[in-house]
Amino acid sequence: MEFFRIKKDIPFMRHALVFNVISLITFLLAVFFLATRGLHLSVEFTGGTLVEVSYSEAAELEPIRQSLAADGYTDVLVQHFGSTRDVLIRLPNREGTDSKGVAERVMATLEKSAGPKAELRRVEFVGPQVGKELASDGAMALLLVVVGIVIYLALRFEWRLGVATIIANLHDVIIILGFFAFFQWEFSLAVLAATLAVLGYSVNESVVVFDRVRETFRKKRNLSTEQVVDHAITSTISRTMITHGSTQMMVLSMLIFGGETLFYFALALTIGICFGIYSSVLVASPLAIWLGVSREQFVKPKKEKEEAVV
Amino acid sequence: MNRYPLWKNILIGLALLWGLIYTLPNFYGEVPAVQVSSAKATLKLEPASVTDRVAAILQGAGIEHDGIFADANSVRARFASTELQLRAKDAIERAFNTDPQDPSYVVALNLLSASPSWLTSIHALPMYLGLDLRGGVHFLLQVDMPGALLKRLDALSGDLRTLMRDKNVRHAGITREGTAVVIRFREAAQREAARSAIQGSTADLQLVDRDDGSEDLKLIATLTPQAQQTMREYAIKQNISTLHNRINELGVAEPVIQQQGAERIVVQLPGVQDVAKAKDILGRTATLEVRMVDDTPGALEQALTGNVPFGTELYRERGRGPLLVKKQVVLTGERLTDAQPGFDGQTNEAAVHLTLDAAGARIFRDLTRENVGKRMAILLIEKGKGEVVTAPVIRTEIGGGRVQISGSMNTVEANDVALLLRAGSLAAPMEIIEERTVGPSLGAENIAKGFHSTLWGFVAIAVFMCIYYAVFGLVSTLALAANLLLLVALLSLLQATLTLPGIAAMALALGMAIDANVLINERIREELRNGVSPQAAIATGYDRAFSTILDSSVTSLIAGIALLVFGSGPVRGFAVVHCLGLLTSMFSAVLVSRMLINLIYGRRRKIDKLAIGQVWKPGNVAGN
Repeated sequence: MEFFRIKKDIPFMRHALVFNVISLITFLLAVFFLATRGLHLSVEFTGGTLVEVSYSEAAELEPIRQSLAADGYTDVLVQHFGSTRDVLIRLPNREGTDSKGVAERVMATLEKSAGPKAELRRVEFVGPQVGKELASDGAMALLLVVVGIVIYLALRFEWRLGVATIIANLHDVIIILGFFAFFQWEFSLAVLAATLAVLGYSVNESVVVFDRVRETFRKKRNLSTEQVVDHAITSTISRTMITHGSTQMMVLSMLIFGGETLFYFALALTIGICFGIYSSVLVASPLAIWLGVSREQFVKPKKEKEEAVV
Repeated sequence: MNRYPLWKNILIGLALLWGLIYTLPNFYGEVPAVQVSSAKATLKLEPASVTDRVAAILQGAGIEHDGIFADANSVRARFASTELQLRAKDAIERAFNTDPQDPSYVVALNLLSASPSWLTSIHALPMYLGLDLRGGVHFLLQVDMPGALLKRLDALSGDLRTLMRDKNVRHAGITREGTAVVIRFREAAQREAARSAIQGSTADLQLVDRDDGSEDLKLIATLTPQAQQTMREYAIKQNISTLHNRINELGVAEPVIQQQGAERIVVQLPGVQDVAKAKDILGRTATLEVRMVDDTPGALEQALTGNVPFGTELYRERGRGPLLVKKQVVLTGERLTDAQPGFDGQTNEAAVHLTLDAAGARIFRDLTRENVGKRMAILLIEKGKGEVVTAPVIRTEIGGGRVQISGSMNTVEANDVALLLRAGSLAAPMEIIEERTVGPSLGAENIAKGFHSTLWGFVAIAVFMCIYYAVFGLVSTLALAANLLLLVALLSLLQATLTLPGIAAMALALGMAIDANVLINERIREELRNGVSPQAAIATGYDRAFSTILDSSVTSLIAGIALLVFGSGPVRGFAVVHCLGLLTSMFSAVLVSRMLINLIYGRRRKIDKLAIGQVWKPGNVAGN
């Protein structure tokens, strides 16, 4: 079986400008939503108490909200979690109260209200200082990944490719965050891990393409930079599609079977994979060309010989 | 060209065999067990003798067991059913703890890996399941370091006072001001004498002079950075060992008590659902202090009107009225090595017997000698609030470090006080800053979900690879399976804690590991397309793909390491699996799959065609 039967190199670079405009628009939209709506941060980042309870039959949310409000809890978030029988309750940290007994008080409140009995599944309490640290650690991790990858690519290839790759992949990360901001999906620690994993994963794509670019530069002397890039992308496109297809199969399996806890993790990966293909092929490569990638950077030792040929 | 030397094949084979052996324990599951451990910090459990005793007890009761295992701190016996387990627990409990009021051993129900003992003996142990996979409670505790520092400084000012007296240095008062101890002098010569005395006795203090006038010379002592560092480390260590003791009283099997960062402690109690009880035990930040009672006539009356004299504090004595106690701490609970409830030999009242360490015994002897006829207060400070447990009159010098506290206590109270004191005091107060409870049903559900998502993802990829790449696809699938095997073996060997994000990382690692195989297979197809002979295509395919695989693995590894460094909890669990998965995938994709291909194709001299699926060449529409 063979999916890709490509006779000639596909002229990806001819439409580079169009793709970059699309990218820029998506990127700006993502930034816009991040700025206006913000991320729906999970309790791990904001601090507070999270109580997950399960009922024997479908639970009504409104009575729960009312009874909690009657007990003096303000800004309480009550929502279904996974199924209509599971309910997630989020309470913000309040000045002067300690963790002690918040969950017990909530359970007592639920006990009092009419209807089926609630079973406690999970309680999470996070102090505000822990959340702050997590946020700054996350930012540090992101920075470390970016710097590390740029340095590695600069050493292995060329600084231009490193910079192009990282811009393309940060664009993926911002777009993932943009999705989470737009849909107000919960941004948890697991999602952060997925986002950083995407960053590492999506760089793979650019590395594979640039690896080919370098090889083609060395092998074929009579092609322009754009043709080289087109050739590199075309000859790796089947691998790109199959690899992403397999990873997506795994992620899809997580999305379907992994339950609520892995759902957003898998969702972040799905978006990351889709944009990973797109950005590494259609964003990183044109950027690299504009930054001035050329044959001389890869075939320095043979320079004299080459001039003699010309 | 496509043959591995024998040694290479053997080496890869051994690696896979090793992987298989260390993966095995994870498949056996767990069986009910009974764990016996020491309930007292002072009682050392001797594994050999306890093992024999447990075996004898079980034989005597006619209970069959599946083996008894011992480690440094506990002895565990395995049983076939929970019913046997419960019977065994009762039998062992009866035999070991003859006095239920004062149990010497903790006999707890536990789960033990069911893997055969030959695996256990080569340290092939199953992965440790995180709380999200088996339920329990998790606490993150923050140690109050500034509080510990102030406490240390208070103790230091007491030491300095003694030192000044011993060396006959005249000073005009020693006080703690902020994070420094200030000693006042009237004469510069005395200050010099004090300085040399302090420098001669301790290297922990930095001394600075300050002159606020000719009559007011000061020596300001602050802790050196090294001393502060040592103090922090001590505080964390002391608190961890205290927590160990307290949790041991709870009888939890396999608790996790670990330091996290500079001043935090993680406590995980698997299987515990009663958060309130756990918190109560953990939260008892009790410290013991011995101070002198201020018996100056009229002082107590004055204090009760709200005018507490300088250098004293007002406390209540348990079951009695208020009491004025000096601020200076003579002795703290750290000097205590044991506390036992018992009875006073003469009055037959409930009492607590304390044993002090050498330094404590010396201080106590000096104190009692110098203060015969005066009252001494023993304070129990819980959550910042102090209470005088008892305030006996010192009748005679007490040497030898054996002290008895009695008076106004019943046996239950004596027991409580002894338990608290025995469990040790905390070097610094702690606060719960993160808390998580996971129900046991949720844990089982999470395992099932994680397992299924990995399984079906794997099956989907395997089916696709086998169809798309034929024999090469099959080899890739086998390499992928080898990858999973090695990854699980590595995680088991490291005794990593498997969490739900960890399982997700495993699934993702498989998804990404296939990338290496696809790269190789596509490369071989491409070589064939260019008209290279099959044998040469295999060789170049693997060689060319290798540098790409290396680059992409390293970049992913950078992301993994960043997560490892800055992540905590679930993120770190994810990162460990992610990083190890990249390493095993490089091994399996490059070496294992190459070995298999070599075994299939390497022996044959001439091959017409590789079973790598259809290779379509441009201009050759009919296929190959």
